[in-house]
Amino acid sequence: MGGSGILQLIFSGITIGSIYGLVAVGFDIIYNCTGIINFAQGEFVMLGGMIMISLVGAADLPMWISFPIAVFAVTLIGALFERLCIHPLKKPSILTLIIITIAASILFKGGAMFAWGKQTFSLPHFSSERPISIFGATILPQTVWILGFIAVVVLLLAFFFKATMVGKAMRACAANRSAASLVGVNVKEIVLLSFALSAAIGAVAGIIIAPIALMDYERGMILGLKGFSAAVLGGLGNPVGAVVAGFLIGIVEALCAGLLSSHYKDAVALIVLLAVLFIRPSGLFGSLEASRLKKF
Amino acid sequence: MSGLNRKWTVVICLLAAFSLLTSTCTKKKEAYKVGAIFAITGPASWLGEPERNTVQMIVEQVNAEGGINGHLLELIIEDTVGDETKTVNAVNKLIEKDNVLAIVGPSRSGTTMAVIPIVEKAKVPLISCAAAETIVEPVEQRHWVFKTPQKDSDAVIRIFEHIKSKGMSKVAIITGTTGFGDAGRKQLKKYAAEMGIAIVADETYGPGDTDMTPQLMKIKATDAQALINWSIVPAQAIVPKNMRQLGMTIPLYQSHGFGNIKYAEAAGEAGEGIIFPAGRLLAVDSLPDDHPQKAVLARYKKDYEEKFKEPVSTFGGHAYDALWLVIDALKAVGPDRAKIRDHIENRKGFIGTGGIFNFSPEDHNGLTKDAFEMLTVKSCKFTLLSE
Repeated sequence: MGGSGILQLIFSGITIGSIYGLVAVGFDIIYNCTGIINFAQGEFVMLGGMIMISLVGAADLPMWISFPIAVFAVTLIGALFERLCIHPLKKPSILTLIIITIAASILFKGGAMFAWGKQTFSLPHFSSERPISIFGATILPQTVWILGFIAVVVLLLAFFFKATMVGKAMRACAANRSAASLVGVNVKEIVLLSFALSAAIGAVAGIIIAPIALMDYERGMILGLKGFSAAVLGGLGNPVGAVVAGFLIGIVEALCAGLLSSHYKDAVALIVLLAVLFIRPSGLFGSLEASRLKKF
Repeated sequence: MSGLNRKWTVVICLLAAFSLLTSTCTKKKEAYKVGAIFAITGPASWLGEPERNTVQMIVEQVNAEGGINGHLLELIIEDTVGDETKTVNAVNKLIEKDNVLAIVGPSRSGTTMAVIPIVEKAKVPLISCAAAETIVEPVEQRHWVFKTPQKDSDAVIRIFEHIKSKGMSKVAIITGTTGFGDAGRKQLKKYAAEMGIAIVADETYGPGDTDMTPQLMKIKATDAQALINWSIVPAQAIVPKNMRQLGMTIPLYQSHGFGNIKYAEAAGEAGEGIIFPAGRLLAVDSLPDDHPQKAVLARYKKDYEEKFKEPVSTFGGHAYDALWLVIDALKAVGPDRAKIRDHIENRKGFIGTGGIFNFSPEDHNGLTKDAFEMLTVKSCKFTLLSE
């Protein structure tokens, strides 16, 4: 396989990896504020894609109107989920919260099955479907859209966490919840915000990948699983690490499928993950010191 | 206290009404009880749901027309959730508690295999809606078991025959990693060797995969003259799209697992010209009027789509054939398990949705490779392949 062949594989890896990365970012935001893994993250992705498909397909709305509506709807679902299931608990243990998110993911999946049925849906591409040729390799315009959206989401998040008061409050919560609440940060509201924000990011991921990956009610779990691997590999709680780790897993999978054998690609991706965690338990970009202070 | 009393009154009234209802029913000729076990919920629900819908529709029709020789047909439907343990429990319940005359289902091959020892021991006819060939083979150990879906191996043979008729001999295969894909991969390899076809690339993909260009890159680098994509998961629709992205022009063959118009729609323009074997139900509109199956297929399609407002699937068709086989036997021999079994085993020329069944003591499936028709995708519709 020549240079353009390798480049093609890397493009494919970037396409797959960008999806993992975006799902992983959602995991990180909630983890940062609450210390829990939200296993319903993949369902937010599925809901975003499905609501978008309904708006575009059944309600016949243009893409640019459906997009914000779908994101808003999922954000609302995320916020409601937090208010109804997480917020009312007085002294929740981490384990209780995680089990609640698992229950919620089953509920979302079941609800989606009733609402949309068991069929697979597709969404039109945002622009043309004609592949773009770069140095002999081809890339779909939708992949360019996905990369663009990821860049925007990551930049906005970086700005939000570094430069705004609310973002700083969220980081304060992540560092030390009791101390943050002592200096006047309303921790409960920050938790609500974190769920809404990660639901919104999940929805964006679901919408932009639906044209190439298709969407059905069961998709959330598989996407969530791969996203979780990326989040762990990147160091839990580190959004930039999550995106980089997502690309890394995607590219490893693609190179393995293209150069070795597709039978082993999932196994190789997992072996890489295990190997990294063996050498660096805090992930590629996580700080070892910080990870010692966390519950897991 | 009064609230509690009221609750009890309601319960007692309901019980009284219920017993009244059942006692009025038994005054007529005794109903024929048939069991149905499908994966109505769970991961294989896309199989079980159309199957359940289909058998419910048939029971309504049969009873509206006065039942079978004056006996109403009573169908006891159980959900297996696609799970072996639950299927075993359901079958035990149907046999011991409901005392059914025959059982239709299960939906999946794994769950069928799990209940074969039970029905063989209890001597209850079982007509499975699952595809694996081991369900009816070896036939001497499957005295009470039949199945309605066509054989995987016949689909493979039809594809290879078509490939050979085009003068091609080198193919690449790409299969899903689920049970269906894996079984297909084994069959493809087995018959390729027998039919003189070389498999030059053998790739797989998972049900959650979103991009198959790496696998296709490898296939593109070989001298494969055609590609066979064997899978039942939605991800199979991504393969034609990726082929188009890479500018691959070799013909694409798919399995009968492609037989859902949603997959053709999902593949869009890239799906045009895909060739695949399937039962005739999917292309009933392009079937000549004098075809012996035309009337059965057209009626089932019309009835189902009017009632449930969704397109028919071949899976519902398997349940249609299975239940009508039982009704056909009940009409002929009455409520006797052994006679029902013997009648089905010797049934010839039974026209179903899956094909024309000719059962025999050596063949409990009754279909040949002619039950498959080669179809293609034209303007996002399934049509018969002309040549």
